[in-house]
Amino acid sequence: MKHTIQQVFRSGKFVFGFAIFAAVLLIVIFYPLIITDGPLSIIGQGTFFPPGIYVNVYDSMSSTVYTLNLDDAAAKRIASKLNEDDRLALKEWLMAAGVSEAEIDTTDTQKLLDLWVNNYDSKKSIPGMTNAKRNYYVRLNTALKGLMATEGVTVSQFNLQTQTLEEVDAVEQSDFVNITEVANMRVLPLGTDNFGRDVLTELVAATAVSLKIGFVAGIIATLIGLTLGLLGGYVGGIVDDIIMFITNLFIVIPSFVLLILISFSIGQEQRGAVTIAVVIGFTSWVWTARAVRSQVISLRNRDHVNLSKLSGHSLVHIILSDILPYIASYVIMALILQISSGILAEASLSILGLGPRTTEVPTLGLMMNWAMIYQAQILGKWWAYLPVLVTIALITFSMNLMNTGLDQVFNPALRD
Amino acid sequence: MLNERFPILSGKGVTKIFGLGRQKTVAVDHVDFNFYAGEIISIVGESGSGKTTLAKMLLGLISHTEGDIFYHEKKRDISSQKKKQEYWKGIQAIFQDPFSSYNIFNKIDSVLLDCIYMRGGRGLPHAKKVELMTEACSFVNLKFEELTNKYPFELSGGQMQRLMIARIFLLKPKILLADEPTSMIDASSRATILDYLLKLRSETGMTTIFITHDIGLAYYVSDTVYIMERGKFVEHGSADEVILTPRNEYTKRLISDVPKIYEEWDLSTV
Ligand SMILES: Nc1ncnc2c1ncn2[C@@H]1O[C@H](COP(=O)(O)OP(=O)(O)OP(=O)(O)O)[C@@H](O)[C@H]1O
Ligand SMILES: [Mg+2]
Repeated sequence: MKHTIQQVFRSGKFVFGFAIFAAVLLIVIFYPLIITDGPLSIIGQGTFFPPGIYVNVYDSMSSTVYTLNLDDAAAKRIASKLNEDDRLALKEWLMAAGVSEAEIDTTDTQKLLDLWVNNYDSKKSIPGMTNAKRNYYVRLNTALKGLMATEGVTVSQFNLQTQTLEEVDAVEQSDFVNITEVANMRVLPLGTDNFGRDVLTELVAATAVSLKIGFVAGIIATLIGLTLGLLGGYVGGIVDDIIMFITNLFIVIPSFVLLILISFSIGQEQRGAVTIAVVIGFTSWVWTARAVRSQVISLRNRDHVNLSKLSGHSLVHIILSDILPYIASYVIMALILQISSGILAEASLSILGLGPRTTEVPTLGLMMNWAMIYQAQILGKWWAYLPVLVTIALITFSMNLMNTGLDQVFNPALRD
Repeated sequence: MLNERFPILSGKGVTKIFGLGRQKTVAVDHVDFNFYAGEIISIVGESGSGKTTLAKMLLGLISHTEGDIFYHEKKRDISSQKKKQEYWKGIQAIFQDPFSSYNIFNKIDSVLLDCIYMRGGRGLPHAKKVELMTEACSFVNLKFEELTNKYPFELSGGQMQRLMIARIFLLKPKILLADEPTSMIDASSRATILDYLLKLRSETGMTTIFITHDIGLAYYVSDTVYIMERGKFVEHGSADEVILTPRNEYTKRLISDVPKIYEEWDLSTV
């Protein structure tokens, strides 16, 4: 036994898969200890805030101000405001006004603006330009002037007694705050979702729930499949006929269809994560049962089983000690596959809107479902669905790796 | 030994058919036999002639398709688990392949302890159990102290078959069915295994059904010989009768395959 475990950990594939799985598991365990927010608490007002570090503006103003004179500060500021379309529009106008194309470089913000300031004249009529377009240039020009201003801004507060605005602070362009001194900031490594929830926190909680669903479903499926497979395979006769009849029924009706029907008939209110896990477990034992049965059939006529019978052992004793240990490695591998397919089954169900009740816990499938309903994939809000996909892929990938690793250890023909 | 010669195990029209329709194999085909108590009976036949199948039916490990088997001159009844366990107290076996005869997850101790339990020794004090196991092991020249806590697969094929004999030593059945106990082990250990088997049988007087494809060996060890060809018993009788004056063509062929049959038999060449 100890020897087998050593062997298992000498398999590169198993160790790699195990490392990924352990990493996922550790994050799931330790993350909630550090970030204690509820995974479903809505923090963002609005949808799909992009990933990044969010710094509180109000607190920034009351933090100590440091003056840093940086040469490229102004250029960077303008560059960040002037988007690609605006730059092309500037170029278009300049070219229409007679500036040669070679002179215009849309990537050099400073030079482009210089050219613009020197050449732009709102009265100049460009042939073929619509009124709307002309007004757009006027607006653009005003905005650029504001951007190019060198003075700072004044912060005022409304005084209720005097009913006037009173200057409370001034912010210069060269004012900086040290981010560590700002009282409030929040890192949202994966932004927020459509409801304004922190995607990372939600993802970690969802992974935990999905793993739980996978384990419960996998263990139920394996236990049912193992029991039926052992009984049918070893006892044979009428018992086997009945078990095979049930198994074939389940094979004829694809388990996923069954899963959909059961989930649907349970109703939204009754569908907790555990219920879904149990339903998945009860619909996916078929292949385990068949595989175990055929293994048992090939074992039951072996001489060591015959010897055990001759030693007066009971049916239960023979199944538990002469059959089960021989297929244990096989069952463990089946369990691993059942767990990962349980996770996928939950995801598929949830995408169809038949997953667990949405108000209690997130699951990987539910996150996918929400991202789809709010069209994250169309709006290009990748952080709402891509990390979920990656997590699902990582879990199934690591489990499959462990499985092939185990296969190599237990099946000498596959060893390299 | 018994004064009165009576058939402890006999069969009438015993048949085993595997599969159905086109897949049908008649492994054992209407065989009649009377195995007399205390004798050594050899069943000789080529590979695939149905020897192991017959043995498993005799042991009650598989059912027979047709015919009747009689145990102690009464129709054998092993319809329940309890009756089977009772039957197996009287009949035991050594299988062809020692390497697949043991559960690789069980230690040698448990193999031997099972035998003690089967003989009702569950309540014995630990020291007594160890004494019994040590005695059984030393009968086949194995040291129990060296085997305890080891697994059967850590032994050689010859040692494993010796352990099987130790098992029989503890069980003391009325009938022992030895299915080619030496065919899967190296030539140098064969004579030793046979020696221990014959020693055990002469000490206990148990009826021994010895299955082999080696007619010379059968002549050497047995009182009665049954010749099996493609599921049928084609000839039987006392060893001298069958081998020195064979009547059946198949028997003659088997004998001619062993050129040294009339020379003095030397165990070391077995
Ligand atoms: N479980 C089974 N199912 C189908 N056919 C079987 C089965 N067991 C044995 N047979 C067939 O029955 C015939 C007799 O086999 P058996 O094992 O009894 O031969 P044997 O005389 O013991 O041969 P060997 O000397 O090689 O051990 C063979 O043709 C074999 O293919
Ligand atoms: Mg055989």
